[in-house]
Amino acid sequence: MFSSVAFLVILLLTLPVFAIPRTLKYTYTLGLMVAGMVLTSAWSMAVLGGEAPVKEIALFAPAAGSRVVLVIDQLTAFFILVINFAVLIGFLHARGYLAPYEQRMNSLRFSIHYFSYMWLWLSMLMVVMIRDGLSFLIVWEIMALSSFFLVIFEAEERSVMKTGISYLIQMHVGMFFILVAFLVVQDTTGEMSFDALGEYFASNRNLPLFMLFFAGFAIKAGFIPLHTWLPEAHPAAPSHVSGVMSGVMIKMGIYGILRVLIPMQSDLLVTGVIILLVSLLSGVMGVMMAIVQNDLKRMLAWSTIENVGIIGIGIGLGVIGLALDKTALALLGFAGGLLHLLNHSLFKSLLFFNAGSVYHAAHTRNMEQTGGLMKRMPRTAILFLIGSLAISGLPPFNGFISEYIIYMGMFNSLSGATLYHSILIVGSVAALALIGGLAIFCFTRAFGIVFLGEPRTEKAGNAREVNSSMIIPQLVTVALILITGLASPLVVKPVFGIVARMWDIAGLPLVTGAFTANLAHISLAGGILTVLLAALLLYRRYHLARRSVTAGPTWGCGYTAATPRMQYTATSFAYNYNHLAKPLLQNRKEMDEIGEGEIFPRKRSFMSRSDDFFKRVLIDRPTDLTAGLLKKIAVMQTGQIRHYILYAFLFMLLVLLLAMLKIM
Amino acid sequence: MAGFILIAVAAFFFPGIILRTKSIASGRKGPGIFQPLKDVSVLLRKGSVFSDTTGLIFRIAPSVTLVSAAGAMMLLPFAEQKALLSFEGDFILFAYLLALGKFFTIIAALDTGSSFEGMGASREALFSMLVEPAFFVLMATFAMFTGYTSFSVIFNHFFITGNDYVLIYSIIGAYLLAQIAMVENSRLPVDDPKTHLELTMIHEVMILDYSGFDKALIHIGTWLKFTIYGSLIYNLVVPAGWNLFLKIGLFFAVQALFAVVIGFTESFRARNKMNKNPKFILTLSAIALIGFTVILILTDKLA
Repeated sequence: MFSSVAFLVILLLTLPVFAIPRTLKYTYTLGLMVAGMVLTSAWSMAVLGGEAPVKEIALFAPAAGSRVVLVIDQLTAFFILVINFAVLIGFLHARGYLAPYEQRMNSLRFSIHYFSYMWLWLSMLMVVMIRDGLSFLIVWEIMALSSFFLVIFEAEERSVMKTGISYLIQMHVGMFFILVAFLVVQDTTGEMSFDALGEYFASNRNLPLFMLFFAGFAIKAGFIPLHTWLPEAHPAAPSHVSGVMSGVMIKMGIYGILRVLIPMQSDLLVTGVIILLVSLLSGVMGVMMAIVQNDLKRMLAWSTIENVGIIGIGIGLGVIGLALDKTALALLGFAGGLLHLLNHSLFKSLLFFNAGSVYHAAHTRNMEQTGGLMKRMPRTAILFLIGSLAISGLPPFNGFISEYIIYMGMFNSLSGATLYHSILIVGSVAALALIGGLAIFCFTRAFGIVFLGEPRTEKAGNAREVNSSMIIPQLVTVALILITGLASPLVVKPVFGIVARMWDIAGLPLVTGAFTANLAHISLAGGILTVLLAALLLYRRYHLARRSVTAGPTWGCGYTAATPRMQYTATSFAYNYNHLAKPLLQNRKEMDEIGEGEIFPRKRSFMSRSDDFFKRVLIDRPTDLTAGLLKKIAVMQTGQIRHYILYAFLFMLLVLLLAMLKIM
Repeated sequence: MAGFILIAVAAFFFPGIILRTKSIASGRKGPGIFQPLKDVSVLLRKGSVFSDTTGLIFRIAPSVTLVSAAGAMMLLPFAEQKALLSFEGDFILFAYLLALGKFFTIIAALDTGSSFEGMGASREALFSMLVEPAFFVLMATFAMFTGYTSFSVIFNHFFITGNDYVLIYSIIGAYLLAQIAMVENSRLPVDDPKTHLELTMIHEVMILDYSGFDKALIHIGTWLKFTIYGSLIYNLVVPAGWNLFLKIGLFFAVQALFAVVIGFTESFRARNKMNKNPKFILTLSAIALIGFTVILILTDKLA
């Protein structure tokens, strides 16, 4: 009783944000969100702690026939914690990020922003808690709408508005698939709910319905080829919003996929293979596209697609494990996927926040116009470095742990595997290794070009460190990244527990016990190496203190007038790679060659860009075609009333004819 | 523990043997086998010059790289002697630790703001990214063949699976590891450490600005990486269960042979054209897949 009333009160209390004086808006929103987080986190802790396997909270009195029941099981509890953390850190970061907009924008804009932010958070919570189909679709829609309002924060910029609209449309395409899927379920079982899926799957083919749900949820999650909204929407949104969207909102798609997977009973092998292949494509293509981006936030957006791919690889392996009755593969696959989801929500929001700090300080997101920022904003640089190392899956950070678990799932399943299975797994191993290598390429480039060397432009040279209110929340994220990386059993054990209870995997203690020992070894290695490094650096300091240390210019190969413009740029760093990836990325150059007779070449421009193949084929081409077709039909729209009367007459004639011929 | 110490000891001789081989092959009198050690001891006594552009990353990178190599050494077994740290999937940590070192080498090069070092960084990042799948496919094949996922256990079970043709895979694996070592250490045919022009360098150009202590660390790190791969090769070709002293002897023999092979390769072979390198490196992944097919046949999955 208390729970439901408290939750309803929080929902209602979001409204007064419009009426509250401007100076208090932020504090009010923060207070309300913290209250809500304490409440919902307490629910999920109760479930994870094992007080009750499932907690149900009826929002309205059941007597009124209400179906709005919040159901919290293990999976939901996990997602609630992830959502709450990312949203809270994002909002703490928002204070500093939004400060420069205080003068420019009126109070209403801020109210709308905060209101949408709160509702994005609440709708995500409800998405993971609600099982009833109709209510689910409603909160799913609220999630799309509120994030739309968040994306168009700077709506006066034309490109932002355009991106927002395109985002909204694509979200509704996704919703259409989910709606149809639910209708199919209702048609068979008479109930429109996730709970009815088990009944449906028991008596019907599983794959078609799964594919419907998958299409809908994959658009949200950003799986290639359904990712096209993602690289546009993330850069357009303010950084704290991109952080939350990339960190948790796209994970709602993953949640949906998992929710549908749990009750599935047949077709598991083919489902797993489909998920695995789509994820491999997303992983490889995502990071390949990320490397060629010059916009820092767009690069991060593509890298989000890559990481969704890695999460998907884990889930796909898990499903294959279930299908082949390989406990270890199922457990490690799902656990690796879920852990990577958690990890990604940490380091990706960290990276987006830092990209926001860079934007604030250097007033650009274009990597080519930055450089040397580490000297100017050292704290942001260190945070970005930690995020980069973590996202590249390097030890001793958290990304390594989740990739390690996924690798282990693959390697463990290899002994005694069939031909088909071993080819599939070895292919995945190679792809995951390639993704890892490409991620290192991508993030050495991003970090090196943005933060190291000399500033390439004046505005980068004038950059100053952002204030502490933007740094401090990120330290909490870094702490969690390090805990997951260095003390992995602490985090991995609960994740294993969640997976085992959601899928009823037997033989769990056997696997987890041995596996935690491996993780303990990794922690030990991490500890030893950290100590070794510290010792070596201390000795280095002692060593250098007793010798002459002088400063000089960078070696210019004998050339003494080097300028910052001569540094390697983001484009030149990726040049060799670009050359290699040309057949896949179809990068194009636009320039006019210098003619033979042109003795004094005039000023000309050069542009190179990499198009997204899938966007061109799946979005641009059909919309161009439709627009062309509609333009042709628009000939009918003459604006002369007699023509319209003629159309009406023709239509009636047609109806008459059809009636006479008994066609209708 | 034995593995750790042996690798470290072998590392002292390794570069000298390469150097000796090269001087003999080219008919020069050449320096002694301990010349590289002497060079490093000189570096250790010298002071340092740092570029004004560089910052923290440039200063910590050599230490991180060396420690990550030491971490990789901890995971390597020697014959039946278990590694310092041995657990399921240790080779994943092994590969990613080496990648961590590489990450820092690359960003340290970018820290100097030099166009030459940026160029080297870009090349190194590209090449080491391409070589990653080869190693993982190789290890996946081992895991599939032996049913284990730890260096120590894999190597101990490799020869006692009772399959007489396993030597085929041994040879493929040894060849592959030797080639991966060449790419990872930026030697011929991917990169020529003795090239005189910055524009044609990969690894050497990345460390142009280092001096003194840090440069010594980089050299030691490179030696260790050679013997790390050398010890992997040793474990792959020498069966377990022989006399310990014989095995220690064989260990050094394999390392020395590896160094001699590198020396001869570098004496008689020219460096690849830069844009041929990706193809060369991708070929390694293809060879790894051939090895995978060999194992499929050996285990009667593909008949």
